[in-house]
Amino acid sequence: MPNLNINGRNMSVEAAGDTPLLWVIREQLQMTGTKFGCGAGLCGACTVHLNGEAVRSCQTSVSDAAGKKITTIEGLSAKGEHPLQKAWVAEQVPQCGYCQSGQIMQAAALLSKNSNPTKEEVVAHMDGNLCRCMTYSRIQKAIMRAASEMRTASATSTERRPT
Amino acid sequence: MNEHVKNLTPETTDLSRRSFLVGTAATGLVLGYAAVPGIDKALAAPSNFEPSVWYSIAPDGLVTVTCGKADMGQHVASTMAQIVAEELGANWKDMRVQLASNDPKFNDPVLGAQITGGSWSTMMNFDAMSRAGAAGRMALTEAAAAAMGVPAGELVVRSSTISHPKSKKSMSFADVVKSGKATKTFTADELKAIKLKSPDQYTMIGVSVPQLDIPSKTNGTAKYGIDVMLPGMVHGAIVTPPVRYGATVKSVDDSAAKKVPGFIKAVTLDDKTGTTTGWVVAVANTYANAKKAAAALKIAYDGGPNAKLSSESLFTEAKRLQGLSDSGEFFVKDGDPSAAFGTAAKVMEAEYTTNINIHAPMEPMNATAEFKGDILHIHSGNQFATRSGAIAAGAAGIDPKYVVMHQMWLGGGFGRRLDADMMVPAVQAAKAVGKPVKVIYTRENDMTMDFSRPLTYQKVKAGMDADGKVVALSHDVVSAWPTARWGIPDFLTPSVDKKGPLDSFTVNGSDFFYTVPNHYVRAIKNEMAHNATPSGQLRSVAPGWTFWAVESMIDEIAHATGKDPAQLRISLLDGKGKNDGGAQRLRNTLLAAMGLAGYGTKQLPKGEGMGVACVSSQERATASWTACVAHVAVAPSGEVTVKKLTVATDVGTQVNPDGIRAQVEGAALWGMSLAMFEKATLKDGGIEQTNFDSYTPLRMSQMPEVAVNVIANGEKATGVGEPAVTVVAPAIGNAIFNAVGARVRALPITAEAVKAAMKA
Repeated sequence: MPNLNINGRNMSVEAAGDTPLLWVIREQLQMTGTKFGCGAGLCGACTVHLNGEAVRSCQTSVSDAAGKKITTIEGLSAKGEHPLQKAWVAEQVPQCGYCQSGQIMQAAALLSKNSNPTKEEVVAHMDGNLCRCMTYSRIQKAIMRAASEMRTASATSTERRPT
Repeated sequence: MNEHVKNLTPETTDLSRRSFLVGTAATGLVLGYAAVPGIDKALAAPSNFEPSVWYSIAPDGLVTVTCGKADMGQHVASTMAQIVAEELGANWKDMRVQLASNDPKFNDPVLGAQITGGSWSTMMNFDAMSRAGAAGRMALTEAAAAAMGVPAGELVVRSSTISHPKSKKSMSFADVVKSGKATKTFTADELKAIKLKSPDQYTMIGVSVPQLDIPSKTNGTAKYGIDVMLPGMVHGAIVTPPVRYGATVKSVDDSAAKKVPGFIKAVTLDDKTGTTTGWVVAVANTYANAKKAAAALKIAYDGGPNAKLSSESLFTEAKRLQGLSDSGEFFVKDGDPSAAFGTAAKVMEAEYTTNINIHAPMEPMNATAEFKGDILHIHSGNQFATRSGAIAAGAAGIDPKYVVMHQMWLGGGFGRRLDADMMVPAVQAAKAVGKPVKVIYTRENDMTMDFSRPLTYQKVKAGMDADGKVVALSHDVVSAWPTARWGIPDFLTPSVDKKGPLDSFTVNGSDFFYTVPNHYVRAIKNEMAHNATPSGQLRSVAPGWTFWAVESMIDEIAHATGKDPAQLRISLLDGKGKNDGGAQRLRNTLLAAMGLAGYGTKQLPKGEGMGVACVSSQERATASWTACVAHVAVAPSGEVTVKKLTVATDVGTQVNPDGIRAQVEGAALWGMSLAMFEKATLKDGGIEQTNFDSYTPLRMSQMPEVAVNVIANGEKATGVGEPAVTVVAPAIGNAIFNAVGARVRALPITAEAVKAAMKA
C-alpha cells in the first residue's frame, strides 16, 4: 500500500506497485486534471512533477513515485494563479483544453529552472507535448509572457527587499 | 421513461408564480430556474424550436446559456452566450454556460437535430440566439418600466442594468428577476417580428471577450467524458480485433484474466447496430486492472471478409470503378465536357490521391453508461446526440426515448465524436454486470478503430481552348461514403442525373465558384473501402480532398498555359451566372492573402517558392471564402520546409475575432499536418498505425509562421472551424512546384515523392 505525497498532502493508496501513477491520481484520488492521452509517453497529456521534474505519469509506477513530492495541475498553485495559468488565460491558449494541464506542467518545470528561456529552448522543452488543436503558437506566447512576469515579480521583490 | 418522455404535460407545474417566462407557455426563458428543483424537467417537452429554452437568468443576475452544440474547443458555448448577451444587454461577467442534454428542445433551430459539424453552428444559430436575447431584454424592460413607473421606451439597457436617464432610476437584471414581475411571453410569430440590432449598434458582437470555458481548462477543473465518476462505477477496457471491420469473435478464454485482481467479467459485444464487430470488454474494479485483464484474455477471431484488404487493394478498386462509364452519380452536370474535350486545343489529365487519416483527438474515446430504472444514462462528449442516443439504445435493446445523454466538454472532436461506437461497449458491459461502467479506449484502440477520413482517388480532366481558356473540366471522386453510413436519408443529396442519393460530403467543394462552362463531377462510392474502413467526417471532410485535386489542377493548367496561377484563378472567378457573389468574395480573399504574403513582390532564394490556393469550403451555401499563400523551401533531397502560411478568410461577421483567429490558426496547421505528416495505412484489413510514434501529427518544432487575415465585411456570419484546413495542402503542393518544378499529387507529401518529381 504505497504512500504518496501529492500536492503537499500525504495519502495512502490501494494499488499494486506497478500501477501507473496516472490511474491512481485520476481514479483513486479523483484528481482528474491530469489526463490520459497515449499510455506510452508520446503525448505529454499526463505530465506531473516528481520532485519538481516533469514526468509522464502514465510511464511512472506508483511505487517509483512513493516518497517523492508529486505535484499535479491541481496543486500547481492554490487558486489557479500560477503565472503560467494566468498567461494561459491572457493568451486564450486552450481550445479543447484536454492537453493543457500537461502543457502547463511541462512549461512550469522549464520556468522553475530558467525564467528567461529562448524560443528554441521553449520548443525543445515542449516538443514532446502534443496539442491536437495545434495551439502551439499561443502556448509559446503564454510561456514567454509568464516568464517575463516571473522575472518582473522577482526583480520587484528584490528591489523591495529591505537593505 | 426519460425526462422528455415523462414531461409531456408541463401544465401540471404552475410556472407562472415561480418563474419568469419568455416564449410560449410551455417552454420558457426561466428566471429562478436553478432555485426550483425539477423545473428543468417540468419544462422539458418535445416541441418545435422555442428560442426561450436557450438561457435562464437567476435571481442573482447570472445568465446561464444552455448550449445545444458540442464544444470541442471551438468555444461555441461561449459564442452562443456572446450572441445572446448582445441582444439581451447583459454584462459579459454575468454570462455562464452549460451543456445541453439530448432533449429535442435543444435541437439546432435550422437542422432540427443535435449535431455539431460542418462549421454550421454560428451561422445557423445566430438568428435564434439573437432573438432569444432580444426577447429577454424586452420582457425585462417592460417589467422594469412598470416597477419604475416610466415608459418602457425611455429605458436604456446596458451591462445587465436597465436605467431611466431622465429620472436617473435604474434596476439591475437581478432586481427585476427578484421582483418576479417579468412575465411577458412571446409567440413564435412575435419572436420572428422582433427587430434585431443592426451591426452598427453592436457592442458585443465583434469584441474579443474572454472565452468562458478557458479558465477551467487551465486548472484541471473542466470535466470531460473521461472524468465522469459515478457511485458504484466499474471500469471497462476493450479488446478490438486485428481487422478494422467485419471480424467475429470465435471464442474467449478468460482463465488468465480471472487471476487479475478486481476482474469482474469479459463481455463479448452483441452489436445489432453494426457499429462494432468482434469487440470484447474486460470489466474490472479499476481501469488499470481492466487493462490487465483485457491483455490476459485469449480471443480467437474469424477475420471476416475484409481480412486480406490493404490500402493498395482499395486504391486498385477505386481506379477500376473510376474507369467504368456507368459508375457513380453526378453531383455537377453543366454543359457537355465530353464534347468540349473533343474540340479543345489542349487536354490535361491527372490523378490525385489522399491516404487514410485518423482523427486522434487527445481525449481517447470513452463513455460511461448507467441504467437507472427504465432510463439509460450515457455520459460522454459527443457531437451527434440525436443519432448517438439511438445507437446507445440499439446497443441496449431499448427505445431511444429512454436514453438520456449527459454532454461533457469534448477533449477534441474533429468529427470523431459524431460516432457512437464508444457507447456500445459501455452499455453492454453495464447491462452485463449490473453496475455503471466507464469504458476508455487505449490510444491503440482509438487509432485502429477510428472512423477515419477515407482514402480517396480522384481523376480530373481539363480542356483548354486555343487561348488557354478553361472550357471543360470533369472530375471523378472515388471514396468510401462516410455520411451514407449514418443511414439518415436527409443527410444525402439527390444526384443531378436522378440515379439516387449521393453522399455530398464526399464531393463538396468540387462545385467550385470558377466559371467553367462544361463541368461534370461524379461521386463514386468505393464499396470495398466503405466496408473495410468505415469512414467518418474528419475536420473539413470532402473539401479536404476535393480542393486538393481542383486547386492542384488549376495550378497545373496555369503552368501549362503560361499563366500566373493566381491570375488564372482571378480570371476564372468572374462571377458569371450562378457564381455571382461568391466568386467575387473569393477573388477578394485571394487578393487579400496575396497582399499579406507579398506574393509576386520579391525574388525568393533558389529552392524556395510560393503557391496559392483558394476555396469555398465547406459547402456552396455555407462557404467561408478562404485563400492561402504557402511559402516553402525545398532541399535537393526533396525535403520540404513550410516557412510560412498566410491565410485570409472572409467570414462575413465576426462574433469573437480572437476566437476566429484561434480556429483559423489551428485549422491551417491541421491542413499542413494532413498534407505533410499524417498517414495511416491498411494492411490485412487492419490499420497499421497504433500510437503517436507511427501516426504523427504536427508538433511544435514543425510549426511554420502563420499569418491570418480575417475579413469581416458585414455579410452574415459563417463558420471557421474547418475551411482553413482545406486550402493548405494545395497551396503547399503548388509552392513546391513553384520552388523546384516538382508536381506532387498524393497526400501526404513525402520527400521521396518530391525528389522523384524533381527528376521527372
